[in-house]
Amino acid sequence: MSVPLTELSAGAAFAGHAARIREHIVAMCSGPEGGHLGGSMSLVEILTALYFGVLRVDPAAPADPDRDVFLLSKGHGAIALYATLAERGFLDPAELAGFGTWGSRLMAHPVRAVPGVELPTGSLGHGLALGAGFALAARLDGRPGRAYVVMGDGELQEGSVWESAMGAAAQRLDNLVAVVDRNGLQISGRTEDVCALEPLAQRWRTFGWSVREAPGHDLDALVGALGSTPWEPGRPSLLLADTTKGAGLPFVAGAVHSHFATLSVRQLARARAALAAGTGGGGRD
Amino acid sequence: MTDLRRATRVAYRDRIAEVLARDPRTVCVDTDTGLFQGVDFGAAAHRYVNVGIAEHNAMGLAAGLAAGGFTPFVHTFATFAAMRAAEAVKIDIAYNALPVRIAATHSGLSAGHFGPTHHALEDLAVMRCLPNMTVVVPADAAGTEALLEQTLGLPGPLYLRLGRKPTPPLPAGAAPPRLGFAQVLRTGPDVLLVACGPHPVHAALGAAELLAADGIRAGVLNMHTVKPLDVPALLAHSAGRALVVTVEEHWRAGGLGGAVAEALAESGPVRVLRLGVDDTFASVVGDHDALARHYGIDPASVAGRIRSALSVGPPVIEEELHHGHRLSRM
Repeated sequence: MSVPLTELSAGAAFAGHAARIREHIVAMCSGPEGGHLGGSMSLVEILTALYFGVLRVDPAAPADPDRDVFLLSKGHGAIALYATLAERGFLDPAELAGFGTWGSRLMAHPVRAVPGVELPTGSLGHGLALGAGFALAARLDGRPGRAYVVMGDGELQEGSVWESAMGAAAQRLDNLVAVVDRNGLQISGRTEDVCALEPLAQRWRTFGWSVREAPGHDLDALVGALGSTPWEPGRPSLLLADTTKGAGLPFVAGAVHSHFATLSVRQLARARAALAAGTGGGGRD
Repeated sequence: MTDLRRATRVAYRDRIAEVLARDPRTVCVDTDTGLFQGVDFGAAAHRYVNVGIAEHNAMGLAAGLAAGGFTPFVHTFATFAAMRAAEAVKIDIAYNALPVRIAATHSGLSAGHFGPTHHALEDLAVMRCLPNMTVVVPADAAGTEALLEQTLGLPGPLYLRLGRKPTPPLPAGAAPPRLGFAQVLRTGPDVLLVACGPHPVHAALGAAELLAADGIRAGVLNMHTVKPLDVPALLAHSAGRALVVTVEEHWRAGGLGGAVAEALAESGPVRVLRLGVDDTFASVVGDHDALARHYGIDPASVAGRIRSALSVGPPVIEEELHHGHRLSRM
């Protein structure tokens, strides 16, 4: 399955999308309810690469049986997904302003009422099994669709992830691709201090997956790594994306406290200035 | 004499291969239950998927299959469906109203001497509180076949509660069960018995027979569909009765008794006696029949509890003291 060809590199072609997605995210975090800032900012290039360079999805035909299916297993990154869906044409960007407020369909974890959201997520450790089900359905039907699942790294502490990791490898689901947003942090600290995940690539390999690693804010590298499936016939694929929590905002990048934020007017202005200046990492490539 | 006893799970298994052969949109998801050993799925063999001992993954995979256009039948023990995989059932299946069929064997006390790790005395409470879920408890093999057939077209999820070892057929003569409607097995103006599952329905029928000898005329409803509950039938058959008695192989909290009590509390003044397993883990050792008897799910016990309730007032305290697990009132 080929990637859409562009005259430009992915980085050059999609950087504008990534920048606007970041602007949407900080705006949503400035609403009355706040938002999951850090883990959404770490996702931006992963989602940009997927939605603009990899996924075969069409906002005009969201139920196309031959489409690729995307699941944000780390559902708390919903605002990054909403921003990406808006940027990709599934949603009117004006709708983002209502995030978390009465009457909106945009809640802090994705729901199917939102165009482009396949299944709701939020409780961690569910997405991989769902993706495996979609992948198996496509295979039983002889359809070309692939399932892409993005997980957080802290999420990998859920045992159900490894149930599904084993299961997908046993079923030889080589139309299933998982991406780990490896920002290294969870609510209470570094993943390696809370409940260590390393050696992570080796762990996935020993579970029967084809594993690649990429700098998680480098659009060219991400599109290149994700590009086509299967990576290895008969094996599901896993990309470890090395990211920074809060990427793009120097005052929270890499900080544990970036997990959830309600930005004040002053902080929002500061965040926008930082994004405009490009001083906070993320999207730097 | 021919042994007419047949396990509901065997009746189910023997029918599901045919369902898979008939409908190319169905998938059999197994969790190493062993239920399908020796079953020939023929041309549908690629739609039999054994995911291993991994119930959460099985439920999530089934949800993905259903969202991808298939109707999966997931197989595990009742307690693993209702407890270990409960969150996947809630979020991935019920929340999305997906047509996943959960066929749960070893329900109630049917795992016998396997003990409390394998008993399922909470599953009806868990499943019936989930929006979108249909909850069905066949009382015999023929009822299993009839109800399975009627659930095939359900647009949403199904919890089908099955047993383990052979149980007797219901007496001949009753009309076949209809999904969503109580099956009237006996009518009587004094007391109404409402039961689900093989042992409880037989206990209710036997108790009604014993009570008749005392001049107490009891009706019996086989409430095979626990959700949605057939409230109109419940109201019609409980009107004017001195007592409504529920019998189930479930903890007394939250199951059929809970459902019936909830419905009747909202509609009229009738006493409800809920019979089932008391607030205790079934730690005694014995086979299914022995455990059911020990916890009062047999004709003589049920009849005795009804006689007692009709003559001496509220039975709750006596009942909780019965097995010595409660030393004081709550």
